[in-house]
Amino acid sequence: MKHVIDPLDLSVEEIDNLLNLADDIAANPKKYAKVCEGKKLATLFYEPSTRTRLSFEAAMLNMGGSVLGFSSADSSSASKGESVADTIRVVSGYADICAMRHPKEGAPMRAARYSRIPVINAGDGGHQHPTQTLTDLMTIRRKKHTLGGLTIGLCGDLKFGRTVHSLIKSLARYDGVRFILISPEELRVPDYILEEVIKAKNIPYQEVVDLEEVIGELDILYMTRVQKERFFNEEDYVRLKDSYILTEAKMKKAKPDMAVLHPLPRVNEIALEVDDDPRAAYFEQAQNGVYVRMALMMTLLGVEVC
Amino acid sequence: MLNIDSLQKGIVIDHIEAGMGMKIYDLLKLDELDCCVALIKNARSSKHGKKDIIKIEGDITIDFEILGFIDPNITIDVIDDGKIVEKKKLVLPEVLTNVIKCKNPRCITSIEEEIDHIFRLCDSEKRRYRCIYCEQEYQA
Repeated sequence: MKHVIDPLDLSVEEIDNLLNLADDIAANPKKYAKVCEGKKLATLFYEPSTRTRLSFEAAMLNMGGSVLGFSSADSSSASKGESVADTIRVVSGYADICAMRHPKEGAPMRAARYSRIPVINAGDGGHQHPTQTLTDLMTIRRKKHTLGGLTIGLCGDLKFGRTVHSLIKSLARYDGVRFILISPEELRVPDYILEEVIKAKNIPYQEVVDLEEVIGELDILYMTRVQKERFFNEEDYVRLKDSYILTEAKMKKAKPDMAVLHPLPRVNEIALEVDDDPRAAYFEQAQNGVYVRMALMMTLLGVEVC
Repeated sequence: MLNIDSLQKGIVIDHIEAGMGMKIYDLLKLDELDCCVALIKNARSSKHGKKDIIKIEGDITIDFEILGFIDPNITIDVIDDGKIVEKKKLVLPEVLTNVIKCKNPRCITSIEEEIDHIFRLCDSEKRRYRCIYCEQEYQA
């Protein structure tokens, strides 16, 4: 049984295959309209999410399957004190595959140990978010036609931003990648990512505070939101939330073919005026999320187009 | 000085940091053995002044891996016919289960009942472990 808990659960080859399949789904969606007929996806969302949950649901519905689940811990048996291990053992009898989001780090891994169906980590606290990573990789590849040899700028909350950690780990496996890490001091990339991923693989990187200073060097600018729900202290959040705001004025200093990605939702870190810039790729990225989740669920369920 | 008979056959866990003997006794679950076990506290040590020693009599098998995590200076001598026939070298275990607890309040281990606290060795040189669930670091 294959689960996807960490983006590194998938090899580079498996990711290539998934992205190829996702590209084909994007080009020929009708071909896949019935591929999951009779299959059920359980969405176990212990914390609020619009995009990821709807993206998973749309992905399964697009393939002719059906969806069941809950969208907050309050409306689940977790509010009665049920453990993740027990919940997944029960859900394994109700569905064919499951996507789990949980505020506690490692909850999907715990679930995977007891599950009889494939478990997909749909975000566990500030830790990992592998399907967002696949979405990011698909978007980067579609924009730049490669995943290697790129200078990637990651900007904003690099400490708690799980999408950032997952993306760094995944891109670190491609040749010629260079990272520019742009964040306030308090929200820098955790040491273990620096030590065990970036430095361990001798990947060139820079840590800077000022976005404008480096924006001209970037092939990809990955913006993130400073997430209120990751702070124990409201004061810290208020102080840091407006650290970076991407505007058209800043975009003028960027390469003409740079792509701006954002896992969404945004608050104010990308000014609305940037939406009309052809380099803004974040809405296309959200759409890609559906295709790549379709590809992932097809692969984990072992279904193919007849 | 207190005298404990030499072993004819068994295992001597020596050079235990003074005061740690009982912890090791518990970790290795020596209370579950029905052979003769001696825990010597505060024995004289030329290196450290004092040390603890555990002597276990008989032909027994114990998983000593955990001791590499507790203290790499501990030595283990296997005794047969009154002589040391093997000195076991301690290494850091790859996985620690329920030896240390994850202290990350965001980790699933902070709320899930009956969950094992499992750490995996990520850097043996720096003696660093990570929680398998949240990747929180623990330095031995």
